[in-house]
Amino acid sequence: MNVSLILIILLFGALVTYLAGDKLASKVALFFGLAAAGCSIVLLNHFNLGENISYISQWITSPKVSFALKADGLSLAMVLLTTVLTSIIILSSFGNDFKNSKAIYSLILFMSFAMTGTFLASDGLLYYIFWELSLIPIYFIALIWGNGDAEERKKAVVKFFIYTLAGSLFMLVAFVYMYQKAGSFLIEDLYKLDLTVNEQKWIFTAFFLAYAIKIPLIPFHTWQANVYQKAPTLGTMLLSGIMLKMGLYSLIRWQLPLTPLAAKEYMYIFIGVGIAGVIYGSIVALRQKDLKKLLAYSSLAHVGLIAAGTYALNLDGFRGAVLQMIAHGFVVVGLFFAAEIIYRRYETRIISEMGGIRSQSPKFTSMFLILVLASVALPTTFNFIGEFTVLYSLSQINIWFALLGGTTIILGAYYMLKMFQHVMLGETNTKVFAYVTFSEGLTMIIIIAVLFFFGLYPKPINDLITPSLEAILNTINKYN
Amino acid sequence: MTTLIAIIGLGVLCLIFEIFDFRKAIIPISIIGLLAILGLTVSEFNSPANYYNNMIVVSKFSVSFSSLFIVLTIFLVALGHNFYDNHQSKLSDYIAIKIFLLSGAVAMVSFGNLAMFFLGIEILSISLYVLAASNRVNVKSNEAGMKYFLMGSFASGIILFGICMIYGAMGSFDIVEISDMSQSAELPIWFPIGIVLVTIGMLFKIAAVPFHFWAPDVYEGSPTLTTALMSTLAKVVAIATLYKLLSSMHADINYSFQIVVVIVSIASMTFGNIMALRQVNVKRMLAFSGISHAGFMLMTLLSLSTSAGSLLYYTSAYALSGIAAFSVILYVCKNRENEDVVNFHGLGKTNPLLAAILTGSLLSMAGIPIFAGFFAKLVLFSQTIQAGYLVVVIFAVINSIISVGYYFKLILAMYTKEPNETRTGKPFLIYAVAVVAILLNIIIGLFPSLVLDLLA
Repeated sequence: MNVSLILIILLFGALVTYLAGDKLASKVALFFGLAAAGCSIVLLNHFNLGENISYISQWITSPKVSFALKADGLSLAMVLLTTVLTSIIILSSFGNDFKNSKAIYSLILFMSFAMTGTFLASDGLLYYIFWELSLIPIYFIALIWGNGDAEERKKAVVKFFIYTLAGSLFMLVAFVYMYQKAGSFLIEDLYKLDLTVNEQKWIFTAFFLAYAIKIPLIPFHTWQANVYQKAPTLGTMLLSGIMLKMGLYSLIRWQLPLTPLAAKEYMYIFIGVGIAGVIYGSIVALRQKDLKKLLAYSSLAHVGLIAAGTYALNLDGFRGAVLQMIAHGFVVVGLFFAAEIIYRRYETRIISEMGGIRSQSPKFTSMFLILVLASVALPTTFNFIGEFTVLYSLSQINIWFALLGGTTIILGAYYMLKMFQHVMLGETNTKVFAYVTFSEGLTMIIIIAVLFFFGLYPKPINDLITPSLEAILNTINKYN
Repeated sequence: MTTLIAIIGLGVLCLIFEIFDFRKAIIPISIIGLLAILGLTVSEFNSPANYYNNMIVVSKFSVSFSSLFIVLTIFLVALGHNFYDNHQSKLSDYIAIKIFLLSGAVAMVSFGNLAMFFLGIEILSISLYVLAASNRVNVKSNEAGMKYFLMGSFASGIILFGICMIYGAMGSFDIVEISDMSQSAELPIWFPIGIVLVTIGMLFKIAAVPFHFWAPDVYEGSPTLTTALMSTLAKVVAIATLYKLLSSMHADINYSFQIVVVIVSIASMTFGNIMALRQVNVKRMLAFSGISHAGFMLMTLLSLSTSAGSLLYYTSAYALSGIAAFSVILYVCKNRENEDVVNFHGLGKTNPLLAAILTGSLLSMAGIPIFAGFFAKLVLFSQTIQAGYLVVVIFAVINSIISVGYYFKLILAMYTKEPNETRTGKPFLIYAVAVVAILLNIIIGLFPSLVLDLLA
């Protein structure tokens, strides 16, 4: 039994979902999403018992490319995040009525397949292929099932596609360049390369373009808010919950260990870029009138902090970044889902048109409040642990970084609570807010349970990821 | 050698069928015949041989490219079934011309003598002139044929002049002899001049900048099936021939020649892409995209000794996606006045299968993974970096990004616009060709070694 099984389940699931027809599509997709999640938990067990669950075989002879999937703690944590969130996202969209739903559900599973592949691939080219492949389903999801004016949506989505493709093509060139030196795309061989500082700087920049656009970091974030707003909520969840984690994961897995000298030289600049994103995202979020856009900018602020944590190049930074990646994945999916629940009833995303939900649906209000507080890193939630580990790692570099990064919590609390106040409290709205349905409630409760469970007991994840992060850190420090 | 004889035999058979009024059997028999010839050709793969005093040289290179040409011709003949159903009386002519054109193409990659090379070019070109003007009642088609003929015969003249120069310098038409002599230290000045002239002529046939001016007009004016032929088969034949010619004359040793290739290649891809961005006519757009792909293919000329495999791969990927795209265009634009993007509006709703195929072929041309176009570009980049031309690769990457702009214009039109009118009828052969072509594309995309290792 090895990790390729998860990929097979997801790919096969995408096919079966398409063939199942519009009526059954959502249930079939949920089944395969759960099957993949279950499979990854079983594999996690095998991994903890010390079994070898990696898979490698020769794929192309010249250029030498292998179909290599390697699972360590970090990859498995990300795979779990992907498969669990995929199931949650599918469950959350039970209340939606999509045109041609067999296509959208099969695209979700296909995208989950590509993202899982990205987290597992240990061959540069295979990784690149999965990375690119994940772009195609989200493009169609946002384009066809998105909302708002068709022309504007088209512009936003095409801009997104061209941006990300442009970034990743430079990464491809960097990979090809390293292949010429190493004679192989395998990550172990690439780690062994002895590149000069100058080469490393160029490769670092090429990788940075790809990741900064995907994550996104300022000044490459301009596609983000529009696409998040225009995509259907399910696409937004996929983008913010999982896809941007691909960029952050790749920082740790590929960029920093491959170009440690450049990373050390540019450390302050890129921590600065991350923190600039924190402040910029928070300030812009303050002024948003559209709920989805507000969440998009808050997401920009949070990932900026995560990126700063990874560029700090110490174990706490890495650990905090990964924890926060997982925590942010859950909380952002929950928040976007809450926005969708409101949209299903009020048919608006403008904050000023909402209000007074509390008196009509106190249960939903309290669930929403928990998510809001989790997103501003209230102690006992998972986000608190992630965010504070990152801030601690930044304080080891320079106390000012930690202080500036900490504004994410202060400003975040301000705009999130203000938003909560406008959306939930206030005068009773004339429009009826129907009770949350079973699937909606279940989704919210699962997310909240996960956030609290790991907030109180983060040890399992910590134990899972720490050895692999230490190994990566050793590679980074090989020059010392 | 048997390939060439069999192809010509099949062409004659086509004409005889017309005489005996077996018109209905022409396309099935041609397809079966071509499949048999394909088998015959492939069987020669491991048995290189020379025929008629080195006039024809059968090598791995010639066999693999000939097989590609035969596959493409099968597709093009099959597409003719639907395309020519209003011109039944001319069917045998059209099919026979295509098969004769194939014989020219095969001669061009298996020549051992410059005379044979020129014969091949002329057979190919004259067939193309006729096909370009084959819609006699359409002014645009006539114009296309005339333009192509004038410009093409000019290029042929330049090639012939170049061949004379090479003969004057070397005293022989035989490729092996010329190849041996070209390695000596002292070469007469006529030799490089000859090579340059031949290259110019071939660049014209490939439609590379700055010899591309005929392409958009001719592509637009010609009947769509002929455009499909020109942009896939003819382009692939020309680049393969140029590659063979230059590699046998060791042209890449010369540094200034490499610089010329770099400039032509960068200019072709950039110019082709930028012009393609502004086109509303899909055939014109594909013409400019073809110019930019010519620029990519020319990158193989920078590492002549090692890049035969990657050229074969790139041409297969490009031609297969081209065939798939054109079969959809043939279906959508049948009986329409023009081939504007408007005709494709809402295809994703009215005909999801064909829309998906066209999307796939455009993604392949843009170089998105799992389609063959991705590996084609990857291998090309890898080889060019190895040859020391990182600059060209950077330009190629930027151009790949630009190209997404216009490929996606078409995809957007198919999926976001409302359909204007539905098309009826499901012509079996068009569907079959489109599906088979895109499947072949995906198969060689998933298993690139199948093709890449043939000429390793």
